Amino acid sequence: MRKGTVRVAAAAVLLAGLAACGSDDSTPTLTWYINPDNGGQVELARRCTEAADGAYRIQTSLLPREASAQREQLARRLAANDSSIDIISLDPPFIPELAEAGFLAEIPDDVAEAVTENVVQGAIDGATWRDELVAVPFWANTQLLWYRRSVAEAAGLDPENEPVTWQQIIEAAQSQDKYLGVQGIRAEALTVWINALVTSAGGEIIDNPEAPADQVQLGLDTDAGRAAAQIIEDIARNGLGGPGLANEDENASMLLFQGDRGSFMVNWPFVWAATLAGVEAGNLDQSLVDDIGWALYPAVAEGEESRPPYGGISLGIGAFSEHTDLAIEAAQCIVQPDNQAYYMVTNGNPASNTEAYDDPEVQETFPMADLIRESLEAAAPRPQTPYYNEVSTGLQNTWHPPSSVTPDSSPEEATTLITEVLKGERLL
Amino acid sequence: MSTTSAAAGEVGQAAGGNGGKVPLSDRARSERRLGWWLAGPAFVVMLLVTAYPILQAFYESLFRFRLTDPDAREFTWLNNYWVVLTDSVWWRAVGVTVLITVITVAVEAVLGFALALVMHRALTTLRPILRTAILVPYAIITVVSAFAWFYAFDINSGFVNSWFGWLPGISENTNWFGEFSTSVFVIIASEIWKTTPFISLLLLAGLAQVPEDLQEAAKVDGATWWQRLYKVTIPNMKAAIMVALLFRTLDAFRIFDNVFIMTQGANNTEVVSFLAYRQTISRLEIGLGSAVSVLLFLCVVLISFLFIKLFKVDLASARGER
Repeated sequence: MRKGTVRVAAAAVLLAGLAACGSDDSTPTLTWYINPDNGGQVELARRCTEAADGAYRIQTSLLPREASAQREQLARRLAANDSSIDIISLDPPFIPELAEAGFLAEIPDDVAEAVTENVVQGAIDGATWRDELVAVPFWANTQLLWYRRSVAEAAGLDPENEPVTWQQIIEAAQSQDKYLGVQGIRAEALTVWINALVTSAGGEIIDNPEAPADQVQLGLDTDAGRAAAQIIEDIARNGLGGPGLANEDENASMLLFQGDRGSFMVNWPFVWAATLAGVEAGNLDQSLVDDIGWALYPAVAEGEESRPPYGGISLGIGAFSEHTDLAIEAAQCIVQPDNQAYYMVTNGNPASNTEAYDDPEVQETFPMADLIRESLEAAAPRPQTPYYNEVSTGLQNTWHPPSSVTPDSSPEEATTLITEVLKGERLL
Repeated sequence: MSTTSAAAGEVGQAAGGNGGKVPLSDRARSERRLGWWLAGPAFVVMLLVTAYPILQAFYESLFRFRLTDPDAREFTWLNNYWVVLTDSVWWRAVGVTVLITVITVAVEAVLGFALALVMHRALTTLRPILRTAILVPYAIITVVSAFAWFYAFDINSGFVNSWFGWLPGISENTNWFGEFSTSVFVIIASEIWKTTPFISLLLLAGLAQVPEDLQEAAKVDGATWWQRLYKVTIPNMKAAIMVALLFRTLDAFRIFDNVFIMTQGANNTEVVSFLAYRQTISRLEIGLGSAVSVLLFLCVVLISFLFIKLFKVDLASARGER
């Protein structure tokens, strides 16, 4: 009898506690898993919470810095049906894997139509899987060719007005005794470079990206794959990537480019904001900024157009979220053109919506804004396959260090390794 | 406190006694029962936190199972083991791991012993400061120390190239993480710097066990410092040395952080733990990754077995129980 009374009392206390928790605030809270940035996404969450006027509240949760580590955490959580994941800032190459596994909520047709209006093609392609839009394009990144005007002039090149090829910039760097800024580190940056070279040469790393693992056909052991390997070989064998090429990431390329022996560099637009910040902090000279020019990504063959790398972030909606509808609504708010313009100006990440580029502040901060938009329209995404991690790691294992790359062996080696790994016959 | 040889003799006798089924006395039996009661709870907890995950990993390793494709999960018997053991990547990783283990443990044993001697012989007033100073690297989190070593040697941010540019083979263009030999050198150096204090601490405990009267007797007999070291000190602390080596070998074989931070496995510096990480965490291939983990576990068991059986390491005597 007494025991029963205690139980009832305990239950009453518990219920009262729960009720207190619930009645304090009935606004649904959406959790947005964001990649690290300069605080822009937190501000956008605040703005959209305000705009929702009590319909929902967005809180952010920070993912690891590396894109691969972001994927690892998200995949593990989503595989465990984590309902706390409402909105996810997703790196495009990992979208097919999560979509194929059913980890992303469907985006209704009318929403898909609305969020792709005025959006650059590269970003739409990157957020699409099996002909369905599975994520909302947010910001879109692309690499440009950055060059030192003085070096280009001395080498007789005018990349701004006449598109240049890799061969031309290799020869220019050689004749001027300068270094090229490229990414030879065994990391995602290397895959980005290889993919841009292969697609610019008219090929594809994977011919049938939607195929099951054991039927994937690679397009590396082709003329395009060999042309890509040839360029990497030329740069590495002649020491044009600098002494640290084998661990050169985007940041190291930028430092090399800013140095005395900088000439040409392929890199994301963050380098512009970073260089300006360097001048402001007094670490770099204004004359350096005046000497920097920009142009479209170099072509592989003369007369052919290049396919610059595509990156950025799209917003996925967690399939196990308790508020899918609200999350989709919130994602639509986040990607508003004026929010994208704000994000571009403050965080240096280019918008996927072309309307944002007409913003006067964007035009002022990024003198190359129109070129970025143009580059995004031409950009080629990395292979869109649920097995992207295997493809990318397999490429990095066989095409690194850059000094070991040859057109005769590297494409073939990568093809063999990746095919066998996908069939489950090899370790990676 | 007996010497090691006497301890070994006692162990031999005890073992022989058990083997001959000599009936235990009532006291021995009740002590044994009390021992089980005291150790039992800890034993059960150990089983829960170690045996269960190991069995689970073994079970998972029999499947072809990708975390993002749970419906395609398929029982494949020992196929994952076959894939791992027939792959050159695995054997290369084992080779690199053994190389790193052997070099680090050998260097650490010598360095650690020297440091233990210094700590043992230091003046009483200096001793606490000295011990703290020697232990500092061990107190640093491995990932932090790995980053510190990485940035020190990195071609862009490091100071090593400019400080040691006068040495042959080092210039401002030396890319330490650009090839196998230099990458492994930095990984090993960092590992040694970080864990020598651990081995020296274990050896210091061993040094404290060496009876002072034996040392004095040797001194009276006219033995030199080296003779006393080889004939008295080291034989008397053999058990402590072996336990220190065993612990460090097991630890070194599971090296992960330094490789993960410094090279991410580039330049063929992949080690066994890194392979397990890549299959399980990066590729989300739970089956294959579990197979690598189980094989890593078997390697560790093998090392322990070799140490205990071949070198006759007696964990109890190292604690001074016999």
